Amino acid sequence: MKREEIFETLEEILAEVLQKEVEIRPETTFEADLEVDSLKAMEILAAVEDRFDITVPINVLNEIKTVADFAEEIEKLLEEG
Amino acid sequence: MGIFDKFARLASQLEQVRAAFGGINVVIEKILSPTEAIVNGKKVILAGTNNYLGLTFDKECIEAACQAIREEGTGTTGSRMANGTYYSHVILERELSEFFDKKATIVFTTGYTANLAILSTLVGREDIVLLDADCHASIYDGTRLGGVPVYRFRHNDVEDLEKRLKRLREKQPQANILIVIEGLYSMLGDRAPLKEIVAVKERYGAYLLIDEAHSLGVLGERGRGLAEEAGVEDKVDFIVGTFSKSLASIGGYCTSDYEELDLLRYASRPYVFTASLSPANIAAARTALRIIRERPELKERLWQNALKLYGRLKEMGFELGPEPSPIVAVRFREPERALSVWKGLLEQGVYVNMVLPPATPDGSALLRASVSAAHRPEQIEAISEAFSSFSPA
Ligand SMILES: Cc1ncc(COP(=O)(O)O)c(C=O)c1O
Repeated sequence: MKREEIFETLEEILAEVLQKEVEIRPETTFEADLEVDSLKAMEILAAVEDRFDITVPINVLNEIKTVADFAEEIEKLLEEG
Repeated sequence: MGIFDKFARLASQLEQVRAAFGGINVVIEKILSPTEAIVNGKKVILAGTNNYLGLTFDKECIEAACQAIREEGTGTTGSRMANGTYYSHVILERELSEFFDKKATIVFTTGYTANLAILSTLVGREDIVLLDADCHASIYDGTRLGGVPVYRFRHNDVEDLEKRLKRLREKQPQANILIVIEGLYSMLGDRAPLKEIVAVKERYGAYLLIDEAHSLGVLGERGRGLAEEAGVEDKVDFIVGTFSKSLASIGGYCTSDYEELDLLRYASRPYVFTASLSPANIAAARTALRIIRERPELKERLWQNALKLYGRLKEMGFELGPEPSPIVAVRFREPERALSVWKGLLEQGVYVNMVLPPATPDGSALLRASVSAAHRPEQIEAISEAFSSFSPA
């Protein structure tokens, strides 16, 4: 899956979970820009896992600040299979 | 940048709450009994403790603790691995093994350290932990200390657990996977669907650890917890718990049929690098453990009180946890509303726990009432009455 596709899917998921239109760029941050709290983060994580058919360890969440960070992690998990 | 600048947001939130509601920290000015105390100069009913069997002032427990202090002193001044293992620690471990009918038990200084010790040591970077999203902070913290990869599943959602388990198994067929859940969840008082979780665990060859902090002495015919109640004790690999709730002391334990559990004593930092339980705590816990066996009527009274309070609040239309239990959680959509009801209850002489997001499971605000075997019927009535003066929204 290409980076752009990952971004598009992420945008859809975020719109669903946050229940608002979101426009994301790679440098968009979850906390400051999108105001994602710990509960929303859990929902986003679950949706990402389902959509991409991966499991994301919560250990990486601390490192994920921006949409680009998240996309990179997803890409890595997809490659691992 | 000052060192406290990072708390600026917290400080301003606290300031707002203080301005609107006054103080929210309760000091028990004098504790009168398991169910009563003086707060703000006034006598209140304690309906927000974990004193499920009401043993904090039990004559036998007090006597045993006093005697232990006289005979063994006020503290051990050392780690379990050095000078802090007394004969009484060993006896308590033996008694817990007998109580649970397990082969090995380790006693820790608190329930928090028990989880910290087990989850940082039993599993490591090459293993996997799958935990219920509503698990206690001590469980999360333990996994962080040890660095095991952690995956969460939705609270009490067996289907969600299985989906993750399946993916992880396909990817890592050989990995040790440890599922971590609680017996009774501390905030909403709901049980884990243990039978179903055990079935899934068996199907995918995982291990299961259950934290019975709130279910020891509360669930199961002999008070051994949810695993006993659900009839699956032999399928649960590790049980963790605390002495700080139904046993009315302080301390924690892990018990298992794996004799190798003993190895953790040599490998686990939260076991080695803290002082061991004081003699008084041990004596109180041992006595309370015996009382669980000898006085089953305490558990009966606890459940009568639980059903009564749950039923009364339900009738009034409050939004409660999904099933009756000694933890009766009342949900409010707005934190401000929870705060004002909490304060109103206190003014009417009823203390309950207030739990605000992000500490709550689903982002709502909770007033967590909890009952004890020591509550008299008229106290349960008084608690209900106090709630009835508020509208349930
Ligand atoms: C589920 C659970 N595990 C562990 C603990 C920690 O127990 P302790 O108070 O003995 O540290 C608690 C209590 O706060 C708890 O609710």
